[in-house]
Amino acid sequence: MSNLFNIDIVNPEQSFLSKDNVFEVVIPAVEGEIGILKDHIPIISFLKPGIIRVFSGSEEQSFYVEDGIVEFKDNTLSVLTSSIFDLKDADKNFVSESISSAEAELSKDNIDDQKRFLLNHKVEVLKSISIN
Amino acid sequence: MPSLDDLRKRITSVKSTQKITKAMKMVAAAKLRKAQENAEKGRPYSEKMNNVILNLSKSITDKENAPKLLVGTGEEKVHLCIVLTADRGLCGGFNTNIIKKAKSYFEKIISENKTLKIITVGSKGYDQLKRQYKSYIVENISFKESKNINYFDADKVGKIIIEKFEKNEFDVCAIFYNKFKNVITQIPQEQQIVPLNEDKDDKDVSGNDNDYEFEPDEDEILSNLLPKNISTQIFKAMLENSASEQGSRMTAMDNATRNAGELVDRLTIEYNRSRQAAITKELIEIISGAESL
Repeated sequence: MSNLFNIDIVNPEQSFLSKDNVFEVVIPAVEGEIGILKDHIPIISFLKPGIIRVFSGSEEQSFYVEDGIVEFKDNTLSVLTSSIFDLKDADKNFVSESISSAEAELSKDNIDDQKRFLLNHKVEVLKSISIN
Repeated sequence: MPSLDDLRKRITSVKSTQKITKAMKMVAAAKLRKAQENAEKGRPYSEKMNNVILNLSKSITDKENAPKLLVGTGEEKVHLCIVLTADRGLCGGFNTNIIKKAKSYFEKIISENKTLKIITVGSKGYDQLKRQYKSYIVENISFKESKNINYFDADKVGKIIIEKFEKNEFDVCAIFYNKFKNVITQIPQEQQIVPLNEDKDDKDVSGNDNDYEFEPDEDEILSNLLPKNISTQIFKAMLENSASEQGSRMTAMDNATRNAGELVDRLTIEYNRSRQAAITKELIEIISGAESL
């Protein structure tokens, strides 16, 4: 018995990543990170800004996502996101721009706690990217 | 009877028009392939989104407190119509077909004494609607500057819709666009996005009663997901529209090129005939002049 499953990451423009030999995926779900292995029960959740880590064989891929929906069913993990990029080809300028725009948003007074939390988190994640 | 010179000028002008339409056809054909590709690439996203929402809405037990975007406000008084058209003309019946479809819907709304609000996306739709429905148009959006259709633009439209919904500015929202069937056929579509109509083709989902685990609960996911779905639907409509536009332009320009060819042929025959007639006339004049001597 293999312990591999499928992953499909799609964004509105195209199918971003599709693999059928994934061993484990760690997703930044809104209530904390979830590690998904084969035969996980069906789950629907949405994402907060963070890193998706995909482990297949000896390879590990990491992607930054801002938001999105994940669905796991029949050993297929579907990730729907409108903002995703591979950490390997992260654009330094883009990252720093995102940080400053998020910080600008944070300095506004009229945002609720949940948004503030998400923005804080986003800044944190983005900063950790730009250091690497 | 036009003179020879006139005919010659007309032939040259028709020929240069033909050159233009031919070039436009070829440009449209190249763009069509790309637009079609994009539309196909974008399909999985909206399909998956639809699936997730279907699964979610089935597991909602408390219909009363379900998000309003899904079940509606309970009223049907104010209708918001999003009319998606192209920014450029010369594409056959493309824009007119959408407008026609939308207009029949508008008439229905008005005759039922409901309030109508219109948002036009694309400048051609605005141009055609402003004469008759100017007072109903609340917003006119155009993405002339963006080269490609991108999700960011669709999201902007989506955000406007959500904002208006939260302010209780409408109860029902429908979008109008052209669905791309093939190069010759584009079907004008009317699609209701608020409240979300259950799709007729949910056959593949109805069979399996998957007990999903939700994190956080269904309501929260739905209220997060539904606004995204609106942007997704608009994006899908925009993709279909752009493929349809190019397809429509290609056929229109193909027809124009062919018509121009026919016209050139006809004019050439006429030109040759009148040239021949002039020569014959001249000969007769010379001969009869010579005979009278």
